[in-house]
Amino acid sequence: MMPGLADATRPDATQVDATRPDATQGTVDTAGTTARQGRSVAIPVPRPAPTQSQYAASAGSQLRWLTVRHLRALLRQPAYLAITIVQAVVWLPLFGSLFRHVVEVPGFGGGSYFDFLTPGVVVMSALFSAGWAGMRVIVDIDRGVMDRMLASPVRRAALTSSALVYQVVVTTIQSTIILLLGWAVGTHYRNGLVGPVVLLIAAALVAVSVAALSNALALIVRKEDVLIAAVNFCILPLTFLSSAIMARDLMPGWMQVIAHVNPVDWAVSAARESGSVDPDWGSVSVHLVLLAALAVVAATLATRAFDSYRRSL
Amino acid sequence: MTTHPAPAHAGQPPASSTAQLSDPQNPVAPTSTTAADTGATTAEPAPTAEPAPTAGPAAEPGTATTTSARPGGQLAIQARDLVKTYRGGIRALDGLSFGVAPGTVFGLLGPNGAGKSTTVKILTTLSRPDSGSATVAGVDVLTHPSQVRRAIGVVTQRSGVDLEATGRENIALAAHLHGLSRAELNDRVTELLDRFELVKAADRLARTYSGGMLRKLDVAVGLVHRPSVLFLDEPTTGLDPQARAQMWDEIGSLATDGLTILLTTHYLEEADRLASQVAIIDGGRILVEGSPDELKSDLRGDAVHLELATVPDAAVVAELTVALGQVAGVTATTVDGREVHTRVTHGASSLPAVFAAFERVNVAVVTATIARPSLDDVYLRHVGRRFVAGAESSDQHLGTSKEVA
Repeated sequence: MMPGLADATRPDATQVDATRPDATQGTVDTAGTTARQGRSVAIPVPRPAPTQSQYAASAGSQLRWLTVRHLRALLRQPAYLAITIVQAVVWLPLFGSLFRHVVEVPGFGGGSYFDFLTPGVVVMSALFSAGWAGMRVIVDIDRGVMDRMLASPVRRAALTSSALVYQVVVTTIQSTIILLLGWAVGTHYRNGLVGPVVLLIAAALVAVSVAALSNALALIVRKEDVLIAAVNFCILPLTFLSSAIMARDLMPGWMQVIAHVNPVDWAVSAARESGSVDPDWGSVSVHLVLLAALAVVAATLATRAFDSYRRSL
Repeated sequence: MTTHPAPAHAGQPPASSTAQLSDPQNPVAPTSTTAADTGATTAEPAPTAEPAPTAGPAAEPGTATTTSARPGGQLAIQARDLVKTYRGGIRALDGLSFGVAPGTVFGLLGPNGAGKSTTVKILTTLSRPDSGSATVAGVDVLTHPSQVRRAIGVVTQRSGVDLEATGRENIALAAHLHGLSRAELNDRVTELLDRFELVKAADRLARTYSGGMLRKLDVAVGLVHRPSVLFLDEPTTGLDPQARAQMWDEIGSLATDGLTILLTTHYLEEADRLASQVAIIDGGRILVEGSPDELKSDLRGDAVHLELATVPDAAVVAELTVALGQVAGVTATTVDGREVHTRVTHGASSLPAVFAAFERVNVAVVTATIARPSLDDVYLRHVGRRFVAGAESSDQHLGTSKEVA
């Protein structure tokens, strides 16, 4: 902070400097300067002109503030968080009672259905909320926020990754709420905190992948109704073609084949396995690595879509 | 459009506003900053480039240099032969060139679809031209876009305000993204809120703002990093007359602060009032360029506008045009529906003869107005039709136009 700048921003000097560009300072003509001196005695200290390079934000700082922007908007919509909680509150008992007896079916493996269901509901919730991530992109494009960002020194990486970081934060909050609710209705976390932690990681990876794909689609189609249709089209099959609410062994053969390549199933399987009494860590790692790889691919696609948006301007 | 408020010439700020350029911006800074450095943001070639040999005298501290007098290459904005074709073969820009002197307001005037927004997109690094080149604040927009982005403020047609954030948060976000220091940031935000009279509404969501307040917030956000060039893309479109007048005052005061402003508008009055230099653009080309006064004086004489009782048919139009052409002092005639526009060397003294010409061809005149030429008349002269704000180019071409003499 230069001493001169402190003066410039004093309340009484506000009007004086509010809009003065740094750049024209060298071009002030002598006569004008003389005339000005009478009016600007409040700022007697000569100060160096701010140059363009005076302002430079790190990518980390930009990422942080762009993420804060989204989170602040989220906190202003308590209804959204409330609905998420209510949704989990409804889903757990709903599916819980509906399928209570499937655990007795041979091949399911026994145990409490809530034990089985809680990871499924966590991943479903992550999937649902990340699916709509693209809506924020479309609103930003429509409002002109995107163009303003692109004409500013905001790094493109900060712009794209802030949406994903935000989604991870939201998903982690959501998942934690559901895990607590599950615990309240009687879910056993047999392997201590290991299961829930792996579940949070898996849900976050699903959220990143799905949000990145949703953002990519939003940047390409730029229409809310198309995005809504696409998300609706994808989410339910992804849920039901996984072991989120039904054991894989009880699915028809063709569904089992699909489930093997369904990221929702990877996440649920990794979480269930790690939460069991004697986890098969090989299987957990494979599933987590697959999810991470998908997240990288999806983020790359989103970056490509972003480039194509910029080219279309 | 018959009144002519003096255009705000940025180079001649009224005495009351001189305080806004406070002298402590003494280029002789107590740092190692050289003369070339301080001048670089507006006038010199890209900061990365070596100081040009000519930089010395132009940027020498204390030299009474009028920026507009500088040779080419030191312009705040320079566009050369910009061509841009969108998918579907729409040619938005067709060899557009112009230059803007530092510290002036340049008005880019034209109907929707003329290429104004495309020009702004290219100059603000949002879009790339198919061919041609441009520099802003001395930096090439194609090769050094990120340097350009630091030097410019952009207020686009579609706003850019986050409606789910408060006014204060919007300005603060821009400040964070530009990297203002923590110490400076709060002061700067308060300063801008104050400057644009948004203090009371500062902590309300932007969603609750009126159109005029949103526009002001837009400009405040665009100024947070003290840019040297400000782009205002149709800043008053959609505002009510009162908000528009307020916005004009704001832009006028920005201009007196020495900022270089590129203003696009389809309001002739706006360009006439704010810009010291105007280019009329249509079909992606500059049709004519000059100061509003130059353009108007090019028209020679007065504009005489007459309104007819009925829309004349083509034969009558032809007769009328010939009859008016024979009147001494009449230099041009344009018939546009029921309206007849003539250029007359001395409007008042020629009026009886003009009326006589109408009588000869049996056309009844309802009203007649004599006016000093406005930019509207400049537009009429160069585009061949009246300027209708927001109208697509050809829709309003109701009557026939013909140049006489």
